[in-house]
Amino acid sequence: MGTISRGFTGRRSSADAKLPPGQYLTTDFPVLSAGPTPHIPLDRWEFVIDDGTNVLRKWDWKSFRELPTETITVDIHCVTRWSKLGTSWEGVSIDTMLADVKTDASHAMARSYGDYTTNLPLKDLRNKQAWIAFRFDGKDLAPEHGGPARLLVPHLYFWKSAKWVRGITLMHQDKPGFWESLGYHIYGDPWREQRYSGDE
Amino acid sequence: MSSHTYEYLDGNAAAGELSKIFTMDVTAAEGQCANCGAKRRFAEAHLYMQAPGVVARCAVCEHVLLRLVSARQRMFLDARGMTYLRLDM
Amino acid sequence: MWRVGTVIALHDETTTARTITFEVPDWPGHVAGQHVDVRLTASDGYSTVRSYSIASAPNSDGRVELTVERLPNGEVSPYLTQELAVGDRLELRGPIGGWFVWHTEQTEPIQLIAGGSGIVPLMAMIRSRASAASTAPFRLLYSVREPGAIFYRDELLALSDRNHSVSIAYAYTRATPKDWPRPPSRIDATLIANTTWPSNLVPTCYVCGPTSFVESATDLLIAFDNGRDKIRAERFGPTGERK
Repeated sequence: MGTISRGFTGRRSSADAKLPPGQYLTTDFPVLSAGPTPHIPLDRWEFVIDDGTNVLRKWDWKSFRELPTETITVDIHCVTRWSKLGTSWEGVSIDTMLADVKTDASHAMARSYGDYTTNLPLKDLRNKQAWIAFRFDGKDLAPEHGGPARLLVPHLYFWKSAKWVRGITLMHQDKPGFWESLGYHIYGDPWREQRYSGDE
Repeated sequence: MSSHTYEYLDGNAAAGELSKIFTMDVTAAEGQCANCGAKRRFAEAHLYMQAPGVVARCAVCEHVLLRLVSARQRMFLDARGMTYLRLDM
Repeated sequence: MWRVGTVIALHDETTTARTITFEVPDWPGHVAGQHVDVRLTASDGYSTVRSYSIASAPNSDGRVELTVERLPNGEVSPYLTQELAVGDRLELRGPIGGWFVWHTEQTEPIQLIAGGSGIVPLMAMIRSRASAASTAPFRLLYSVREPGAIFYRDELLALSDRNHSVSIAYAYTRATPKDWPRPPSRIDATLIANTTWPSNLVPTCYVCGPTSFVESATDLLIAFDNGRDKIRAERFGPTGERK
């Protein structure tokens, strides 16, 4: 540990709440990005589920917004160690979006506008664990936080909740995405502190 | 293709992190983007420092030049986005 | 590698900006334009790093001066500008940077363009020029919100009164001094034409400030036929903080 800076506490709140190991509570909503914010006009936005060869389902913004939505309140945990509790979102459950999709795929790669990707087991996207979220805290999701829509998978570290999501590619074996290919954990469970590859 | 907003820093901002790996100054090094061929000093790269890692992008085409992750006792470096980086002794 | 610096002096530049003087044993020396990374560690081990340009001229006393602007929602700048006291110790890494630097051996005309807290590394260059008794022709275009936001005000005033000194032009973007001929506005082509070195003198240009300011100033310099290779820039974040 480095030399202690007398009187420095940083932007953190006292943690009475139970947090995953190594996390700090924050009251703001840091913006972390690996690239420029894409600005996608809604009349060009689309979300595609494919299997790497064939398009299985596709929505434009209008048809996407006709899907049933849910409002959820969840805790989010970033691998850079900040956690934000009780965040409220509105989105479409991935269960809804996969409803008519017949697949024996085991994994999925979420793809974003820009070049970001992140991989997950398909079962982590099912069973009320994941959403395509388009509203945060009662307002349209701001571009710097992933708007018009982002993936929301709160049970994993937040790098898996791909901003500016544009689709999911179903896969029969796991493949690392943008951060997973450079030292981050392939799965990323914050409660087991799976930050980096090699962490158990 | 240039950014509409100015959310990036430049190569100077990553120099401290990169000094853990490079013994020579990286900011003055000329690099060539493997995507569009542009040759620029690393100081001119668009740096996104606020991610789980450092991402340097080409100022001309925004293609990823270099990524760096500090993972406890290890660092991961991906420099595939540059055809070369020329460091002057 | 991190060295521990001890705060030996504090000086307010404006109501929101403070210069901190560190004494750093084994400081290897620096060149004007370089910066340091500062690491702060809370008692529970939480730590964070920020970059700050060195404001002081190269010296052999192991002294490093930083000028820090307090940002309204900053995590670190409120601590550095309000809490940090003489005698406190912080970790510094550096000096960092080999491109955005001015060496005293340089003799060509130098054009400095500062946006807000971007003045800090350029001031190190101005101070370096003075302490080396260089006669390299320097011009500074310093853009600030309003007169109260000027760093190093008295020092800059004194410089502009002397021969062989730095020629300074100010641009105010929100509020001007009384009877100022130019209404509050960002730097533009007219200002560049009137206050900067003509490009046929082939000046080396140093531009520093928030990213949007740097891109705008750089575009203007290029429009006035300065070569891209003659322009060196250092970009701070949109709010002026480098993290």
